[in-house]
Amino acid sequence: MDKNYVPDKENLVEVNDLKMYFPVKTGLFTRTPLKAVDGVSFAIKPGETLGLVGESGCGKTTVGRAVIRLYTPTDGDLFFDGKRIDSQSIGSMRKDMQMVFQDPYSSLNPRMTVEDIIGEPLDVHKLYANAKERREKVLHLMELVGLNAEHATRYVHEFSGGQRQRIGIARALATNPRFIICDEAVSALDVSIQAQVINMFEELQEKLGVAYLFIAHDLLVVHHISDRIAVMYLGRMVETADADELNNNPMHPYTQSLLSAVPYPDPEIAKSRKRIILEGDVPSPLHMPSGCAFRTRCKYATEQCAQECPKLTDRGNGHLVACWNK
Amino acid sequence: MAENILSVQDLHTSFHTDNGEVMAVNGVNFNLAAGKILGIVGESGSGKSVTAYSIMQILEKNGAIKSGKILYKGEDITKWPEQKMRDFRGKCCSIIFQDPMTSLNPVFTVGFQLEEAIRLHTERRGKEAERRAIEMLELVGVNEPEKRIRQYPYELSGGMRQRVMIAMALACEPDILIADEPTTALDVTIQAQILELMQSLQKKLGMAIIMVTHDLGVIAQMADEIIVMYGGRVCERGTAEDIFYHPCHEYTKGLLRSIPNVDRIGQKLEPISGTPINLLNMPKGCAFCPRCDAAMKICLEEQPPEVRTMDGHLVSCWAHIREEIDAGLITVQG
Repeated sequence: MDKNYVPDKENLVEVNDLKMYFPVKTGLFTRTPLKAVDGVSFAIKPGETLGLVGESGCGKTTVGRAVIRLYTPTDGDLFFDGKRIDSQSIGSMRKDMQMVFQDPYSSLNPRMTVEDIIGEPLDVHKLYANAKERREKVLHLMELVGLNAEHATRYVHEFSGGQRQRIGIARALATNPRFIICDEAVSALDVSIQAQVINMFEELQEKLGVAYLFIAHDLLVVHHISDRIAVMYLGRMVETADADELNNNPMHPYTQSLLSAVPYPDPEIAKSRKRIILEGDVPSPLHMPSGCAFRTRCKYATEQCAQECPKLTDRGNGHLVACWNK
Repeated sequence: MAENILSVQDLHTSFHTDNGEVMAVNGVNFNLAAGKILGIVGESGSGKSVTAYSIMQILEKNGAIKSGKILYKGEDITKWPEQKMRDFRGKCCSIIFQDPMTSLNPVFTVGFQLEEAIRLHTERRGKEAERRAIEMLELVGVNEPEKRIRQYPYELSGGMRQRVMIAMALACEPDILIADEPTTALDVTIQAQILELMQSLQKKLGMAIIMVTHDLGVIAQMADEIIVMYGGRVCERGTAEDIFYHPCHEYTKGLLRSIPNVDRIGQKLEPISGTPINLLNMPKGCAFCPRCDAAMKICLEEQPPEVRTMDGHLVSCWAHIREEIDAGLITVQG
């Protein structure tokens, strides 16, 4: 932790050198730290959407959870609105920081009515004077996400996946947050419903000015919704750029292959396009390769890559890349 | 035209539940030509997986094929006894599933499970079966196959497991491979590897593939012919180019507008309104009409017939028929 680190006033959320290690039993008495996130930095401005992409196990969910302190980070500086996020300050900050989870089936309590699920954050932060006001607020939130008032007394099992995700979003919006972490919030939904929910996220941003950290593995969706995109590989950030810039001009070999691997919904492009197929699998985070983590699958890898881990460096227009060769 | 290896005719499959009969598949027809890749695309509850399971006759206990024929090389396999079906599965037609972890048995080695399929369907035994297993693993690009056959599924990554599943499915050289969401559980880079593998194997071995998926991107890359399903019925069918460049059914159009597209960045997505159909309570007319912007009175009352469009693919949509009538061009099939 760097006690003297000064966050930029313009940023709503600022993360500097976040590290999150989990001890994993590797023998009877030995424990090895699993470096889920190893030195990640980024910033989000008010009303902005940062997309965070990467394959499973790259640590993108852990980043989201550490920012909102569902995990206590091993190291690093986290700031919200210029104030340091720590175990004391987080209680008062959670009102402004909310989270939407991936699985709308397991993230909502089956024994609570929709009204109580959405009302719970209001209870926790004491945001109403009487029962009537609570009900009004809940109904307003339901309207905002496109649920009928008559749904308020129902239980979660009566809803479809898309509707459940709307309940989860209404719950996140209840405290009027300025920042929402969407952890694979649309991944479990069907295409037509996914589009409805994505549009809703965008409308809410226009209306309420919330900032999003949009964590997902679907690059087409992330490109659509994000202002900027950060790509992670094995706990580190390999590239950050504006959404269009990243899509048109990916520099890191991993980003390039990731983009080329996206199945593109257009038969001519899909059949004619040259795909960069990566060899092998992602290495285990318990046995990280030395230097650049991607070098074991990278065709440009050199001696230098094995010895030293490249830092994110600016290649113009805020396009940051961590690679020795590009 | 190539010979049809599989022909599904007016298939109806339903499940008995406490809440009533769930009509999962309601009159599906299609032909699969030898050596072609047929894509079945649809959202959850569209009946695409149930169609696949009906062909293999591996439905849950409460489900049954109500009517219709499934012709494999001209023979109706719905009439075959279970004993004969066992020979059919694996030898004539194989299936791979979405989740390679749950479709492999965790307490047996990869080699044992692979050899089991070989022993069941061929004359190969012992060392010979093992040699075939190693050969198959090599074919699907598993490194160090001699070592892998002694390993258990948990020791392999998701992509490796799916490769093992494909090896198992192809071990007895079936004519048809059904792939039910084969890459949905995998990461994009691994998905690209598996799709590439399936394409190259298809070229090498010449089997026909039925690719069941919800991912339009995967379908665009893989399929020669596409069937779009909704509410247990086929709404549109044609070549990949027909479906993606000249969609005629309102549902197909809506589906294509719902996916983020790099060419339309910055524009709002146009989702299909409403929620997916309740299979317990099927409408009398077109299944899609409660969500359709172009719905007319007739859509509520009668199911649309399948008609041939201008470019020669088939669509079941009243709104399209009206357009054709307005233009003075219409040919009804059959």
